Amino acid sequence: MKAATLFEELAAVLPPANLKFAEEEMRPYECDGLSMYRALPKCVVLPENEAQIADILRICHTHRVSVVARGAGTGLSGGAMPDPQSVLLSTAKMMRVLSVDPLACTAVVQPGVRNLAISETVAHHGLYYAPDPSSQIACSIGGNVAENSGGVHCLKYGLTIHNVRKLRVVLMTGDIVTIGSDGLDSPGYDLLALMIGSEGLLGIVTEVTVKLTPKPQLAVVAMASFATVEAAGAAVGDIIAAGVIPAGLEMMDRIATRAVEDFVHAGYDCEAAAILLCESDGTPEEVADEIARVSEVLRKAGATDIKVSNNEAERLRYWSGRKNAFPASGRISPDYYCMDGTIPRAQLPRVLNEIAVLSEKYGLRCANVFHAGDGNLHPLIMFDANIPGELQRAEDFGADILELCVEVGGTITGEHGVGIEKINQMCVQFSPKELTRMHEIKHAFDEHALLNPGKAVPTLHRCAEFGKMKVSQGKPMPFADLDRF
Amino acid sequence: MIEAWQAQIKAAAAKGQKLQIAGGNTPLDSAAGAVIDTRQHTGIVEYEPNELVIVVRCGTPLADVESAMAKAGQMLAFEPPHFGEHCTIGGVVATGTSGPRRPYAGSVRDFVLGTKIIDGKGDHLSFGGKVMKNVAGFDVSRLLTGSMGTLGVITEISFKCLPLPKAQATRVFDFNATDAIEKMNRWYAEANPITATTWVDGKLYVRLAGAEPAVNTAVQKLGGESLANDTAWWADWREQKHSFFERDVPLHRMSCKSTAAPLDEAVQAIDWGGAQRWVRAPLADAAKTRYWAKRHGGYATANAAGSRSSFSTDGLDAALLDTHAKIKQSFDPYGVFHGL
Repeated sequence: MKAATLFEELAAVLPPANLKFAEEEMRPYECDGLSMYRALPKCVVLPENEAQIADILRICHTHRVSVVARGAGTGLSGGAMPDPQSVLLSTAKMMRVLSVDPLACTAVVQPGVRNLAISETVAHHGLYYAPDPSSQIACSIGGNVAENSGGVHCLKYGLTIHNVRKLRVVLMTGDIVTIGSDGLDSPGYDLLALMIGSEGLLGIVTEVTVKLTPKPQLAVVAMASFATVEAAGAAVGDIIAAGVIPAGLEMMDRIATRAVEDFVHAGYDCEAAAILLCESDGTPEEVADEIARVSEVLRKAGATDIKVSNNEAERLRYWSGRKNAFPASGRISPDYYCMDGTIPRAQLPRVLNEIAVLSEKYGLRCANVFHAGDGNLHPLIMFDANIPGELQRAEDFGADILELCVEVGGTITGEHGVGIEKINQMCVQFSPKELTRMHEIKHAFDEHALLNPGKAVPTLHRCAEFGKMKVSQGKPMPFADLDRF
Repeated sequence: MIEAWQAQIKAAAAKGQKLQIAGGNTPLDSAAGAVIDTRQHTGIVEYEPNELVIVVRCGTPLADVESAMAKAGQMLAFEPPHFGEHCTIGGVVATGTSGPRRPYAGSVRDFVLGTKIIDGKGDHLSFGGKVMKNVAGFDVSRLLTGSMGTLGVITEISFKCLPLPKAQATRVFDFNATDAIEKMNRWYAEANPITATTWVDGKLYVRLAGAEPAVNTAVQKLGGESLANDTAWWADWREQKHSFFERDVPLHRMSCKSTAAPLDEAVQAIDWGGAQRWVRAPLADAAKTRYWAKRHGGYATANAAGSRSSFSTDGLDAALLDTHAKIKQSFDPYGVFHGL
């Protein structure tokens, strides 16, 4: 179809300022947080309500034009990267908190509401929204739903999937559906579990009912230094073995602590090979009890130094370093590339050692920050895109790390999503039959594969080109299905 | 076992026959096809308490899984009911049945990290894994949780484990239904360490659990009478052995918003912090309970035992019914498994 016809039809359902097709107006949308991948869309639409989203999708469905959804654009896997043949749909104008029910501990919000804004809105009720990705100041709840975002407190409080009750969703056909309920379960299949983390492949979310969590009376952080990364890793297992589920349990290696210490002066021990941050929350009595137990465990595990936050300002300062690890890496290196594998925790020493070997091999520095409690590793590969070949080396380094994560029984992405970035590694983690099942699930929602094309689930054709089909029982799976894609 | 089941499913698919997947308590129908007896595939494949992960085969008795975990001071935090001695872990996942701790800790699916299944084509597939955080591809293992065997045979499951609480106490209060609903909701919103709330026969039961100082503080704050032998009381309630479940009138279950006002003049129990209601009423009242539940943001099931004893798509939007049919078609194109 002619672009002019599409624009005319979209213009008929949107205010003029909410439809952009001039190049300079579309530039701000050319990438998300993974800025090495860029493209301009066919046009950008900024709907203000659900009816406009339904109209846009209906028009695009009729003309078989694909649609890429975008939240705040903070994603780290290129999930919201535009496609030249697609309309880019931003939910940025839908940012109202529709209702708060402090007694039922729920809130209904539009997809463009920022993650942190939910907690700020309900703070006077003594409640907050628990998942806290590092980007929470900017990222939107719609994007969190698309990515199943986590954060530093999810070992105890769960991911987005554990904190969302109900969604209103516009399907590609323009049909509006409710998934989930105001209760704790729903009839039929658990489509809520499918929608959350579906990376914009199944529908566009227009309303999110989130579960709110009562704010603990007190939170305290213990910070421990270790002479080796192995000792720090073992201490994490010891804390869990003591029957403690800390509110947060984070690890940073020396490259990471040194990078952030210069930047935010969090008070980190930059001589230690690794530090652990362990947060306890609850009633003052409970926290005192838990911090005492954790400190004992850390000492026995060989901590060379332990500091406990004495007040809220100090607690926030300890966390500020961890939360600024990414921008701090950006200060000591022109570019950095953040990975997101999850591994069984016992494999940590092996994985960190192999990352050090890879770092040597590719000639690139790598800092490690780690959601230690739940095994989610964020190696930050530092490079300079202006030096020819460095970007490619960084990407190859990253791909090797992801494949290592799969090899030790983990996954290529814990919370950042597959997007466009890790699409090839999906071929390593899943067999062709498993990937085919995912395509069929997409088809059940989006018959013509118009939503976020080319992201999250690779075609078998792409896997064949990538040359890394998952091997099953020692034999490569047959390629017989190839023609279907 | 897996290969034998794959062959059995492929043969049934080729002949257009149906199969029944049986757990420990599955009612079988001699006219409903040959049986895949999941109890033949048992055992704990992997259990690393320090990783907070357990991997088990589908036919493993729930009691065995729980006792292995208890030895390491851990539990399945969704507190699944057994409904008899023979309950299998695969049955728990296939039915998606959670117990009293559901509103506070989460549901079965919240703790499922990965599943392996044999689908209706006889393919053995693996989704999710054994790590806490995993967003690679669609979350198919959670889609399979509660799918009642309509999509395939779940052969292996990995769960997130949590430590058993160090201390526990139950307080009992005399409240009417309206006040009980208000208290259940308010006391949770005030950050008390609540792990179960039930109102039945004019009394509100509140279970507190966690670190000892936290439980002690909450006991002081909330007041009420103490309940001796409370572990047994909650086990009876969870297993539906409490006298409320033994009356001679059909049992209706409503899932609803936790703050919904009580049903007028009904013989009822209020569970899950208000989000699960049980009503004893003639089956003819099903339309009434369904209407009530829908009005309060949920749905009703007019069944006898269990929270989800049959697969229902009652009240779903038409577009979602279409999605359900396509998902079923994808997993079970020859209609080997029952349902949908």
